[in-house]
Amino acid sequence: MPELRLTVNGADHRLDAPIGTSLAHVLREELGLIGTKIACNEGHCGACTVQVDGAPVLSCITLAHAVDGDVTTIEGLRDHPLVEAFVRADAVQCGFCTPGQVVSAAALVAATPEPTTEEIRHAMAGNICRCGTYPKIEEAILHWRD
Amino acid sequence: MARLIRTEKEVEGNFEEVWLVVEEDPLQQWPAGPLDVVGRPAVRKDARERVRGEARFTADIRLPGMLHAAVLRSPYAHARVKSIDLAPALGLPGVHGAVGPSEAPGLEHEAGYSGAPVAAVAAETFGQARAALDAIAIEWELLDAVLDPEEAVERGAVHGEAERYERGDFDRAVAEADVVVEGTYRTQVVLHNSMETHQSVCEWVDDRLDIYTSTQYVWGVRNEVARELGLAPDRVRVVCEYMGGGFGSKNSAGEYTFAAAELARRTGRPVRCALTRREENTAAGNRNATIQKLTAAASSDGTIVALGGEFVNALGWGGWSASTEGPLKILYACDNVRTVRHTAKINTPPMKAFRAPGFVEGTFGLECLIDQLARALDLDPLELRRKNYASSNDGTPFSSKNLRECYERAQKHWDRRDEVHARSDATWKRGVGMASQIWYGGGGPPSYAWTRVGSDGSIAVVTAMQDIGTGTRTAMAQIAAEEFGVPLERVEVTVGDTSRGPYATLSAGSSTTPSMGPAVRAAAADAKRQVLEIAAQRYDLEQRVLDIRNGRIVSADGNLSVALDEFLAILGNAQILGKGARGPNPTGMSVLTFGVHVVEAAVDVETGEVRVERVAAIHDVGRIINPLGAESQVEGGVIQGIGHTLSEARLMDQETGRILTTTLDAYRMPTIADVPEIVCEFIDEPDEHLTNLGSKGLGEPPIVPIAAAIANAIRDATGADVHELPISREEMLRALREAKERRGAPAAV
Ligand code: FES
Ligand code: FES
Repeated sequence: MPELRLTVNGADHRLDAPIGTSLAHVLREELGLIGTKIACNEGHCGACTVQVDGAPVLSCITLAHAVDGDVTTIEGLRDHPLVEAFVRADAVQCGFCTPGQVVSAAALVAATPEPTTEEIRHAMAGNICRCGTYPKIEEAILHWRD
Repeated sequence: MARLIRTEKEVEGNFEEVWLVVEEDPLQQWPAGPLDVVGRPAVRKDARERVRGEARFTADIRLPGMLHAAVLRSPYAHARVKSIDLAPALGLPGVHGAVGPSEAPGLEHEAGYSGAPVAAVAAETFGQARAALDAIAIEWELLDAVLDPEEAVERGAVHGEAERYERGDFDRAVAEADVVVEGTYRTQVVLHNSMETHQSVCEWVDDRLDIYTSTQYVWGVRNEVARELGLAPDRVRVVCEYMGGGFGSKNSAGEYTFAAAELARRTGRPVRCALTRREENTAAGNRNATIQKLTAAASSDGTIVALGGEFVNALGWGGWSASTEGPLKILYACDNVRTVRHTAKINTPPMKAFRAPGFVEGTFGLECLIDQLARALDLDPLELRRKNYASSNDGTPFSSKNLRECYERAQKHWDRRDEVHARSDATWKRGVGMASQIWYGGGGPPSYAWTRVGSDGSIAVVTAMQDIGTGTRTAMAQIAAEEFGVPLERVEVTVGDTSRGPYATLSAGSSTTPSMGPAVRAAAADAKRQVLEIAAQRYDLEQRVLDIRNGRIVSADGNLSVALDEFLAILGNAQILGKGARGPNPTGMSVLTFGVHVVEAAVDVETGEVRVERVAAIHDVGRIINPLGAESQVEGGVIQGIGHTLSEARLMDQETGRILTTTLDAYRMPTIADVPEIVCEFIDEPDEHLTNLGSKGLGEPPIVPIAAAIANAIRDATGADVHELPISREEMLRALREAKERRGAPAAV
């Protein structure tokens, strides 16, 4: 099997994976990073969002071998102030979409530390939350540094 | 003491007469309003692990040697398996087992809908399992399929007899009424689409079956699996610690659990069976479509004299027929009511309960009709609703009802109409609409909780309920902390495992808090009493002068004040164990939840686009335990309801019965960009007749009135009557054209 090299949350990994394996699959099944969730596995919901060099990427439709850059998953963002902001705002119900929301939000605030409501809505529209935590997510991001 | 009673039990609006063993509930209710912990906003106990991605969902369970299963489904709306050969699949790489029709519950020879499960394969990887499905040799006999619900009713393709109800003399009341309005309303099929799909991991440990499953009812799955497989119930252990949403669709075991259990038995390995998103959109349950032909009649002073409805629930191949006529029967005082509900059995995927089944659909029809009636009477819609206020449920008193207070609080939102209208321009018309909410949510016995207090001063609440994302774990911790007299951090709640706690009710029907809360409080009270018994002996005081407040044991005269954890060191390895049970519901009373939504909406009269701009949601669900979590529940329900109203529809090919919307870009759920301003208010008045808490459930009420409130705002904005959900641009433009014709102007195209 072709060798796969990945840097995930600052750690280098070398593993074997068949061509065609998704990044989400590698993270979850090979590296045990289960914080990245798969809810649709076809690029429609945002649950699997990770960052590659700081940009949000849907890991379920990203080929692992094509990743060119450092991967950051929710496990690498556990101490990000957004986590506490989500907790405080109650921006979590079932929590299945939430890691993906935090990863998307972290990319947003890294680029735009004081996003407007409009910017939040634009950046977060690809992350579906069936429980409807959206108002609280907006609040969490607006006050992420408080 | 345990007592045997004969009573009516309600789940999701369904009533059954049952024998129930209940325990007394001797605790007095707390005073109304915020207390030390209860009634104050609390951050979720399990928020951090969920946000940080540490919570282990069923989707994250990986057992050593675990295989992955894929399910073969019928491509036909109605067909029978004539022959099937699993052998070619079994010969493929990685494949370890296969199971065919009738070899596991849920896998059947007769497929009643496109997507019906027929067989399953287990392999080392999911990809191998799915590839192996193609190798299964199967021959189908095609059967006649009925896809149209009205045709089904005509042809007698129904689930059971029509449900008929009548009080008073409907025909006469209509004949004598001053004003009669009629309307036909249609609601569509919508899907739960929880973010975690339906799934289970099954493992046999000797003759015990362990099931990790994404469920709203660990005990229900345990009992169902034990019954179907002929096992003693305690041979089945069901675990669901974190759960990725259900909304009513995960109340039973499902074919994925049975297939996994059977494949695990055959292969001797743990087996995981998880539906894909496309299967989730096809075969995991839905809110059934309805057709509602409604009549309302009133005298000129605005007294509603008759309400009638002919309903068709288009149920699909399975499921149960919810009470779509429910709101029409009980929301308003009306002496003459007639309803009939037909339940069509069509060859489409089965219905499963979805957040207030029946009442969501029925409230859309009824509350739109009431606004039409208001227009015909030239009365203010809020006034008309107040005027026909029901003070009993057809003679049965309500345990509590503060709908009038909801209307009072709605007034200030309703009074924004002029201001909202003034923001209209040539294309965007703005209006305000309202609708009332009525639904169940009282919960009931049995449900139990245990408490355990150790020498370190911690308090553990143990109960085998589940937290499906509604925050019940936190609410239970708040209740225990309040009763015990300790800060919230001192309480831990363990849930989600039938072998590690007593029976708890299902997390559906807005029943978890009202069912479990009183049991948890009773269990905390039991442990606290024992602590005080010991303290009385230790300090040589009378027990009745002692109390625990804010983590300290204190005497009434103030002479004793000792930190609880310090005192509890006396226990050593001893533990104090408390237990509590949910007491009975009040006899001879109707326990219901109420509310009002006031919606501001904007309609682009050129394109038919509808935007919801503001929702004021006022709910009466008894005492609020956690105002923060409660607000989240309301927002979630409102947002899901906006999806149901404006964008969500499961589409099917009318020729073949195949589902067309199988992905999340085809099935359009709300995103953060679709969310309006949501203002949330609670009456927060304990129901004095309901348990030691006075709390009702809140999971479902917020989704009940939203569709009608939006439709009524559209009418206020444009004069157009929408009759169908979703209110697509097509439906909106149709309604606008019809309104124009009604006004006598030539219809623009
Ligand atoms: S799981 Fe990747 S977008 Fe849905
Ligand atoms: S919190 Fe449940 S899907 Fe977002």
